[in-house]
Amino acid sequence: MVDNKQQWKAWLYLAPAIALLLVFTVWPIINTIRMAFLEGYKSLEAAGGVTFSFGIGNFVKVIQYQRFLNCLKNTILLCVLTVPISTILALLIAVALNSIRPLQRILQTIFFLPYVTNSIAIGMVFAAMFNIVGSFYGTENEIIVTAGIINNVIEFFGGKAVNWINYGSSYTANITVMVVYIVWNALPFKILVLLGGLQGINKQYYDAAKVDGTSRRRIFSKITVPLLSPMLAYVVITGFIGGFKEYTSIVGIFGEAMGPADDAKRLNTMVGFIYDALSSNNQGRASAAALILFGIILVVTMINMQVSKKRVHY
Amino acid sequence: MKVVLQNLTKIFPSRNKKSNEEVVAVNDFSFEIPDGKLIGLLGPSGCGKSTTLYMISGLQKPTSGKIFFGDDDVTELSTENRGVGLVFQNYALYPHMTVKQNILFPLQNLKGADKPSKEEMLERAHYAAKLVQIDELMDRKPSELSGGQQQRVAIARALVKMPRVLLLDEPLSNLDARLRLQTREEIRRIQKETGITTVFVTHDQEEAMSISDMIVVMKLGIVQQIGKPQDVYDSPVNLFVAKFLGTPPINVFNGHIKDNKVYIGEDMVLEVKDVPNQEVLIGIRPEGFVLQENGPLQCRLNNVEVMGRDVSIVSTNDASANPVIRSIINADNKVNSDAEFVRYAIKPHKMFIFNKENEERIYFEVK
Repeated sequence: MVDNKQQWKAWLYLAPAIALLLVFTVWPIINTIRMAFLEGYKSLEAAGGVTFSFGIGNFVKVIQYQRFLNCLKNTILLCVLTVPISTILALLIAVALNSIRPLQRILQTIFFLPYVTNSIAIGMVFAAMFNIVGSFYGTENEIIVTAGIINNVIEFFGGKAVNWINYGSSYTANITVMVVYIVWNALPFKILVLLGGLQGINKQYYDAAKVDGTSRRRIFSKITVPLLSPMLAYVVITGFIGGFKEYTSIVGIFGEAMGPADDAKRLNTMVGFIYDALSSNNQGRASAAALILFGIILVVTMINMQVSKKRVHY
Repeated sequence: MKVVLQNLTKIFPSRNKKSNEEVVAVNDFSFEIPDGKLIGLLGPSGCGKSTTLYMISGLQKPTSGKIFFGDDDVTELSTENRGVGLVFQNYALYPHMTVKQNILFPLQNLKGADKPSKEEMLERAHYAAKLVQIDELMDRKPSELSGGQQQRVAIARALVKMPRVLLLDEPLSNLDARLRLQTREEIRRIQKETGITTVFVTHDQEEAMSISDMIVVMKLGIVQQIGKPQDVYDSPVNLFVAKFLGTPPINVFNGHIKDNKVYIGEDMVLEVKDVPNQEVLIGIRPEGFVLQENGPLQCRLNNVEVMGRDVSIVSTNDASANPVIRSIINADNKVNSDAEFVRYAIKPHKMFIFNKENEERIYFEVK
């Protein structure tokens, strides 16, 4: 225990950090909660002296919004699709990387490159890859010229080009592109964490398994995965949290329209909804949506933790 | 199952690509391990004893030479097909499995007709657990066990599939002194009960001597001597083996032989037959000294340590190659610890003479 004379010193040293946290983290959180429960709150009107009544009106309005429900659906769909796919892929890649000797370093670097690349830039490249040129002003659903590399490859193998993201594209096609993009974007971090975990596993477990005549599949499922489970839990939990905050990836591919030209906002997400509400000077609604998002992330994370209690071996 | 090692050699390529220094970990090791015996591979670190063990297990491939289990040539056989049980230095128990799951694991790996029924697996696991006396800990995780208990689980896991050969890598090095004594007797008992040919690796000579039927002393990949522990102790072939076995270690003196008389410094300690004149190194076991008032070897007395049954006398002599000479005398002999000098006679069978150049033993007969 530090005596009182020393204690004020400790507080003094902590003061700058605490002050900044109070102003830029704690207060905004409190303020968000306050605004969420002030019905129809708009900051400009509040500045003009209007008072708002206390209640859950913002939440009711948000939930009744078709647009909000659409955002919720998109967010959950992307989360549920991308987190398992990216985790499993990352696990396989990490195990493969860990088991090769030559080229390991260089491949590691290549797999990590997307992590240091701007996601908007990646999005633009993906948009170009999935693009079709010529259908914009052609008849709907008819592709005249295919320019994106993906469609070129499909046609090369005798398939029919797909309208991925342009005017008249289907929701399924849009989501497919988003899943590919988000998974690709999420892989590097997960590979890095899992590879680190793999390299931390004592080689003797594998020697022991070898002496005991364990098949490769059993080594993977009974030794590697359980011993890697803390890392797996970590990437799944952070993956879900990141997934619920999905926004930039949609902007990266579809731009601020958040959807194909004929159906803007089709792929909007929770964060996108909050952003839109804020930019239309509707802070009450944005705050309520933010709290709902917070609640969802909280519940999902708690479920994750609960599951990992049983499945994770520290 | 006897194990035959035939000209076993392991060369590790150099790590550094520029220099071509290869490391010869094991050099031309030939030995026939008799069926049902406990063999201790003994040597300082880096002597190739663990490499030898791993080659027997199949985890490492020999550069040349052959390994036979009985009459089967297993040199090219992969680890899982050799039927060996290996206990690792750090036990390598799977931390996420209970003791029971750990012991069952090798059985669950078996395939096809070899795979026992569930009941049989459990029965065998319980038998193995009983053998090492951990049958009450079956539902614990390894992290909830003491070092000694983990060690037993590791042995049970190695035994449960009834291996042809049991291999133990430094089995006692992670245990505290008391557990070590207890566990080494335990290993001896389990080995006797199961009758499985067992090879274990250690750098602790006391450990190897106390439980092995035979010991193999190695140095820098080369086998120095193979034999029953007592024989190797009583008749080391060279200075290295003499120094490596025994606590306190052997006392080494610079000496010479002149006209069939053995001198330590200026003191003539023994007359021998037909040994040419030469400079030699003389090793005398601590128990090879006899207190004698007019004994031939005079040493300056440093101090006397009373150890109950015995008395340990620490003294110095200018001819000694070690900083001090340590002798162990029966406590019945009264030692005057204030005296300046102490005089010894030497027991001839506790004294070994070595060539000064190659440190090989020079055998002699007492005149």
